[in-house]
Amino acid sequence: MTRHDFTGLWVYLSASPLLGLTLTLLAYLAAWQLHRRAGGHPLVNPVLIAVLMLVGVLWLTGTDYDTYFDGAQFVHFLLGPATVALAIPLYGQIERLRRMALPLGLTLLCGATTAIVVAWVVGGALGASDASLISLAPKSVTTPIAMAVVEALGGLPSLTAALVIMTGIFGAMVAQGLFRLLGTRDPAVQGFAIGLAAHGIGTARAFQISAEAGAFAALAMATNGLVTALLTPWLLPWLSRWFA
Amino acid sequence: MLNAITLLLVFQLAGEVITRALALPLPGPVLGMALLFVTLVIRGGPGKSLHDTAHGLLGHLSLLFVPAGAGIMLHTDRLAGEWQALLAALVVSTLAALAVAALVLSALLRRRGRRP
Repeated sequence: MTRHDFTGLWVYLSASPLLGLTLTLLAYLAAWQLHRRAGGHPLVNPVLIAVLMLVGVLWLTGTDYDTYFDGAQFVHFLLGPATVALAIPLYGQIERLRRMALPLGLTLLCGATTAIVVAWVVGGALGASDASLISLAPKSVTTPIAMAVVEALGGLPSLTAALVIMTGIFGAMVAQGLFRLLGTRDPAVQGFAIGLAAHGIGTARAFQISAEAGAFAALAMATNGLVTALLTPWLLPWLSRWFA
Repeated sequence: MLNAITLLLVFQLAGEVITRALALPLPGPVLGMALLFVTLVIRGGPGKSLHDTAHGLLGHLSLLFVPAGAGIMLHTDRLAGEWQALLAALVVSTLAALAVAALVLSALLRRRGRRP
């Protein structure tokens, strides 16, 4: 192939969605292989590895994110139907959910408040700007909810998307180590805590612990989305008054 | 499988339409999940096709976050100035939320377990 042919091929491929889509799947499959080789260890997080590989390739080839996303959007789109599909494992736990409704509700309120207040107080104490603090506050909930909340409060929604993903990856990586320290063994409790603190990426991790943990993570993710959307606009004025 | 995928999309669409029409502070797919859950409770569970399709889709849930995750590259400048404060806040608050949720739920379930 001559240099001219190659340039022509690159111009064609980089304008088509095929490349972004294929790269996403290849990066994920490679990350998944590494994750499996490491015996499914939570620190070898497949989302983190795939993202790092992709960012590296995009940076080396000088491809901008919008061009990449033209292809990757087909994978991104599946987040919607996958979220709806979480109703099925959730239904599998319906008997336990009925019995545990009150403890789960109380835990949700405590956990959601902790996530918002601690992020604000620590970030504020270390000198983060108000716009960043607002963007950080709802980081434990799923991206579309967090972005909508931040937009309404005058933060930076695109920064929130990045912080939400980082929170999910971090939560998925450290949760099981923390549970070991705390002596938390019940998969339902583990799942609920991961889904509450680390939304969908945590839920994906919880499904690797067990189907039961995954179902409770899905429940926590969905209900914390609602609770955080309602709590954040109400909590932030108090926080900015007390910890300005 | 086609039936199951169509059903998931119909519930997502219903969720999108209702959240927008009523200006609810929820994304459409989350309401779609709640509507499907209620439907399953009324109908007494998912059929085999829906069950299998859902598990296939959720088997690689992590993959679906990769495109959004790569969006981090758009924020390197913004993160550069305040990364220590943001990272510390993110790490401490996520650990705190995990610990509070795990300890509170364990304690409440243990208390309930002691009562007959």
